[in-house]
Amino acid sequence: MDTLIAALRSVLPPDSVITDPVRLRTYECDGLTYHRATPGVVVLPGTAEQVARVVRLCNDFGVPFVARGSGTGLSGGALPREDGVLIVTSKMRAILEIDLDDRRAVVEPGVTNLAITEAVRDRGYYYAPDPSSQQVCSIGGNVAENSGGAHCLKYGFTVNHVEACEIVTPDGDLVTLDRMDPGYDLLGAFIGSEGTLGIATKITVRLSRAPEAVTTVLAAFESIEQGGQAVSAIIGAGIVPAAIEMMDALAIAAAEAAVACSYPEGAGAVLIVELDGPAAEVERQFAQLTELCSGAFELRVAAGPAERAAIWKGRKSAFAAVGRISPAYIVQDGVVPRTSLPAVLAAIDRLSREHGIKVANVFHAGDGNLHPLVLFDDAEPGAGERAEVVSGAILDLCIEHGGSITGEHGVGVDKARYMPRMFTEDDLDTMQLVRCAFDPQGLANPGKVFPTPRLCGEVPGVRKGVHPLVESGKAEQF
Amino acid sequence: MIGGVTTRQAGADDAVSGVLPRRVALPESVEEVAAVLRACSEQDLAVVPAGGGTKLHWGLPPARCDVLLDMCCMNEILEHAAGDLVVRAQAGVTMDALAAALADKGQELALDVPFPEDTTVGGTLAAALPGPRAFRYGTARDLLIGITVVLPDGTIAKSGGKVVKNVAGYDLGKLFTGSYGTLGVIAEATFRLHPLPPDSRWVVAEVSRAELPPAAAALAASQAEPSAVEVDWADPGGPLTLAVLVEGAAAPSRAEALRALIGKGSVTDERPSWWGLIQRDEVLVEVRFPPSATAAVLDAAAGTGLALRGSPVSGRMLLEAWHTVGEGELAALVSRLRERVEAAGGRVHVLAAPYESLDRWGHVSALPLMRRVKERFDPGRRMSPGRFAGGL
Repeated sequence: MDTLIAALRSVLPPDSVITDPVRLRTYECDGLTYHRATPGVVVLPGTAEQVARVVRLCNDFGVPFVARGSGTGLSGGALPREDGVLIVTSKMRAILEIDLDDRRAVVEPGVTNLAITEAVRDRGYYYAPDPSSQQVCSIGGNVAENSGGAHCLKYGFTVNHVEACEIVTPDGDLVTLDRMDPGYDLLGAFIGSEGTLGIATKITVRLSRAPEAVTTVLAAFESIEQGGQAVSAIIGAGIVPAAIEMMDALAIAAAEAAVACSYPEGAGAVLIVELDGPAAEVERQFAQLTELCSGAFELRVAAGPAERAAIWKGRKSAFAAVGRISPAYIVQDGVVPRTSLPAVLAAIDRLSREHGIKVANVFHAGDGNLHPLVLFDDAEPGAGERAEVVSGAILDLCIEHGGSITGEHGVGVDKARYMPRMFTEDDLDTMQLVRCAFDPQGLANPGKVFPTPRLCGEVPGVRKGVHPLVESGKAEQF
Repeated sequence: MIGGVTTRQAGADDAVSGVLPRRVALPESVEEVAAVLRACSEQDLAVVPAGGGTKLHWGLPPARCDVLLDMCCMNEILEHAAGDLVVRAQAGVTMDALAAALADKGQELALDVPFPEDTTVGGTLAAALPGPRAFRYGTARDLLIGITVVLPDGTIAKSGGKVVKNVAGYDLGKLFTGSYGTLGVIAEATFRLHPLPPDSRWVVAEVSRAELPPAAAALAASQAEPSAVEVDWADPGGPLTLAVLVEGAAAPSRAEALRALIGKGSVTDERPSWWGLIQRDEVLVEVRFPPSATAAVLDAAAGTGLALRGSPVSGRMLLEAWHTVGEGELAALVSRLRERVEAAGGRVHVLAAPYESLDRWGHVSALPLMRRVKERFDPGRRMSPGRFAGGL
């Protein structure tokens, strides 16, 4: 490591290589704080060429590297390697170009998600994907995770809004992946690969025209079942709202304690429905929506941006808010077909009672993306383990119902062991053919996404003995 | 029989760009596709998968083709979960049949295909040609949420699933979409659906070459949210027909607003006869460009003598030859067109042409990485070898 550090210093500007143990420790985890590792060394490159130099040195030394943006990820995708280099993109935060004629912006990976929207909002444009962490999360991280957000029901995910990426491949080459180019859609494969296929160093995003009208409605229901029925009715009526979010009583109570969002008292569930588009269309859909939500005991309509923000405040603070009602919690992320929501919520309720572990439910109801918050007291012996059991069982429920173990937080280090429950060995081996094409040495963010690395030179199924990547410490077997 | 699967002797109609296969295999299930591919792997036979055959002559002729894998018998819609707005279908289902089944429940797969009667789900994905409404709904890769593929060695693999929101694992669907049958066989696909719009209108106007770019820019930025903006320019000497599609609630009033924006034209509920179609594709050239380069593309296209159709707002147009173009003439035409379009930030790809000598794809920046992907998926180079960009 010492010779590598010296080499890194020789190819990077001063103050770009961190080795001080105290400073290294500030990078030991991302938003998933119960996995921690102190990185061998941290580098802060300022240009794509510097990222490429670092990656080439990692190749020369056979040392793994992990990329990190703002470190807000919730699956441990940016968990460092003690024997590796952590490449932090926080110095690369220039918006390089804004071109409204072509509705696109070219940005460096460290630019925050919201900064793009802020740069074009006054001209009537915005960047559509809006993860809850958008004030701080980086666009490079969004590309790695294929981030979504509350509005992806109508507008899609990062992959639907990125036109091109310049990447540093795991070999250290600078390559441009562009939707305009012929050939394989490597851009589509790269986005969401969680840093295992390289590092994005320049990103061209599509900008969207701001809708003419936005109507935000808060509907309060006595029970979660009634809320669920309203969701089905809305979708069944052929309306595609920009967002449909749901919170249950426990989540509402937490939000109330944290940010005093003043949601209707006594609600068993609240729905936040946002309609956007041409004013005439929104007006019609709003009339339909009012009827479809007739089971609600209270319906609030935001009269302007301030009231809209007030409605969203409770929802957006929900994750952090449960800290007010529980000393510790696990944020889960799973997806079920929307029509399975009632059955799955009932099953989560049963799990919760069986294990004596409270679960607050916050979810993107429109696309069946659940974010159960599994609450426990870490001072109570065994509670953490029981919470883990409940959390894992929720993922099993998602798989049983034909859903997914992650809708937007990614697999990372957290869920790699669940991948074989969702995919066969052949599925995972086939995905890793892509990995082998990009990263035959397995240096880019090893140990993430896949439970078992595929050895790139081999024919599947003939391996005997300990996996060489496991033996060399580059990978861990679950 | 190949791998226990029904086959028949190939005839002249089965040739792929002039390359005649020996047998045509007719699998009826994913397992049978796998059995055929396993057997072909053991015997080192080259395979070209085919759907409706509408675009089989696109791309270069395959370097070899022993077996044509005809997916026509895999024509079942496996699951239409209307409440979830999701459909799962076998690759051989035609887009027309799929549309009819979905329309029964008031839904659609928002992909426009140029030959809907014969085009299959698998072929639509493999060629990945964007249609008019890509402007609003995205292209095939944006609406595909799950895929089952069979690799050249017979391995069956899937990725994605049947929920729209899903980031577990790599997205093989993206990789196979637009891969022209060179990585493996697309066996099944799952798509996200949209409700059929309650109402649709087209605004149709004749515009001059100079009027089009500013009109298109205004339409793209309009908050009346058109679903598609297309032009048809059969005679590059004359005026262009501009047509704008508005879908959804209040379509008539929104269409009227867009008509006012163009400053002329009429509003109709009838789809223009040329909308999203390809008339002749012996020679078919695709131009992709940033929308701001529309004027430059029109200028460059005017000199080709080819008919033009496509979207100035998505930055994608197709040029068709309505007369025979000789090999040397086409090469010169493409090279001139490419020079001017690339100078404006765009790209030119020859999708179909009866000549092998052409530079069809131009520069492909990530070609070395693509070759590595091809080597991993198809180490024996037996899947449609050489049909695609850079000899993939």
